[in-house]
Amino acid sequence: MAELNISVRQAGDVTILDLEGKVTIGEGSIALRTEVRNLIAEGKTKVLLNMSGISYCDSSGLGELVSSFSAVTRDGGSMKLLNLTKKLKELMSITKLLTVFENFEDEETALASYN
Amino acid sequence: MKSLRMEIESRIEEITPSVEEALSFCSSVGFSDDALFNIDIPLREALANAIEHGNRRDLEKSVVLTVNETEDGVEIGVRDFGEGFDPSDVADPTDPKNLMATSGRGLLFMRSLLDSVEWENHPEGGTVVTMLKKRV
Repeated sequence: MAELNISVRQAGDVTILDLEGKVTIGEGSIALRTEVRNLIAEGKTKVLLNMSGISYCDSSGLGELVSSFSAVTRDGGSMKLLNLTKKLKELMSITKLLTVFENFEDEETALASYN
Repeated sequence: MKSLRMEIESRIEEITPSVEEALSFCSSVGFSDDALFNIDIPLREALANAIEHGNRRDLEKSVVLTVNETEDGVEIGVRDFGEGFDPSDVADPTDPKNLMATSGRGLLFMRSLLDSVEWENHPEGGTVVTMLKKRV
């Protein structure tokens, strides 16, 4: 089984990636990078990452989140986070990345924030 | 007191099985699942640094992982055989000018989640990271 499984769905013009597994050095980080870069190539730059299935993320995985965030933003879009687990929120708090990413507890509110 | 020692090939794919074995050991000496998370992440970071920055993925060089039970927790050692490392060379990733950096957060996790962490250059070469975690 892959370290990170990604399912893609569309809600209006927002693309939601449901992530499940680990975003860690190697396979997990590469899978996320590839998926987000593909979305940018398709012109889909309103991206919401549903993190509820992420058991954890190491520093490489957080680096990939930052890299993807920057790539989407450079293209005029925005990338936001949904349903951070307690542990992941703790890691993002330690690194002060909670000040960078908008994060939401429910999907409806998250989707409304793109309008 | 129990102990564990592993020699690990300098491949990223070796990190997960090595961490799982170390966590299983920590569980056997009384760490809760919640406490294991605070060992898991720092140990992954230490092994990734040893493989990537220490041994530079040179398969001729291994990484030595030791876990020793102590009276109140575990002492974990990770040794590489690279050119040595000075943690003060790593910029503070929480500094606003570094917030968007795509790397450099591993040491912060190690310092934040463990009770103590020290880096030493081994007299025979390479870096030794010594990490302490109490059971609480």
